[in-house]
Amino acid sequence: MAEEAPKRVLLMMGCPEVPVQMSIVLYLSYKLTKAGLDVTVAGTDAATKLLKVSDTDRYYVKNSVDLDQCLADIIEKKTDFDICFAFMHSDAGMAFAATVSAISKAKLYAVIFGRNAEALADTIEFNCEKIVAKAVHNPTPLKNKIDKVIAELVS
Amino acid sequence: MSCIEQMKYDLLLERVSFREAKEFIEKNSDEVYYVDPGYKIFKDYYIIGVPPIPIGAKEGELLFTYVKPCHGTFVMKIRSEEEIQRLRDREKERVMASLKKGLKAEVSASEKPVDYRSVFK
Repeated sequence: MAEEAPKRVLLMMGCPEVPVQMSIVLYLSYKLTKAGLDVTVAGTDAATKLLKVSDTDRYYVKNSVDLDQCLADIIEKKTDFDICFAFMHSDAGMAFAATVSAISKAKLYAVIFGRNAEALADTIEFNCEKIVAKAVHNPTPLKNKIDKVIAELVS
Repeated sequence: MSCIEQMKYDLLLERVSFREAKEFIEKNSDEVYYVDPGYKIFKDYYIIGVPPIPIGAKEGELLFTYVKPCHGTFVMKIRSEEEIQRLRDREKERVMASLKKGLKAEVSASEKPVDYRSVFK
């Protein structure tokens, strides 16, 4: 019997100006890849450059793609994912997550952080599971919540 | 980079929330059409945002939202009779489809089997 293909996971980065994002993306990518999931990280040019410099040997992140190209490929049905973590700390990040919610069949997790995390989380009207932490420089509150989701996904 | 950034455009609003951009388009357009995220305009730009997303038309110009992750939402204006016509045609098709659906539902209700006892009463 053919082995089932690993679940495809998209980590969609928002603007990289809040430090916790990069640390959690690297952490989450590593954990999910180690658990056997096929992880792709999408981001803007700036976010992808930060990622590539932080992870020069691609130890934590195996696949990275341009955010606009990734969305275009999903819309054109060239690709899709089973799970998506949409990172956001601003209204623009929320607009991108709403787009994924409309165009993809992926189960969507909205990872909401930054100084206004709770207020931003309240504005979300689309179907998703919210992971909310008022984290800017210290990733631990967000990591603790992400750990619970990882445990559910890989159990 | 999308082809839009290389076209001749005007910025009507810069770095606002998506809700503000939506309201601006609704208030400042002669015609407003609603699309889902992923609707393609021009050669390669897919509309991003929270549905339903308004696209406006005013005096031959298209008003639409443009979202950049680090800079927020912009409202742009680009002259394009072709894109406006495409929206009008799409709306017309949608209305026709919904009318046909309505008619079909009406016909099937009138074709409902009748009880013969009530016919020969």
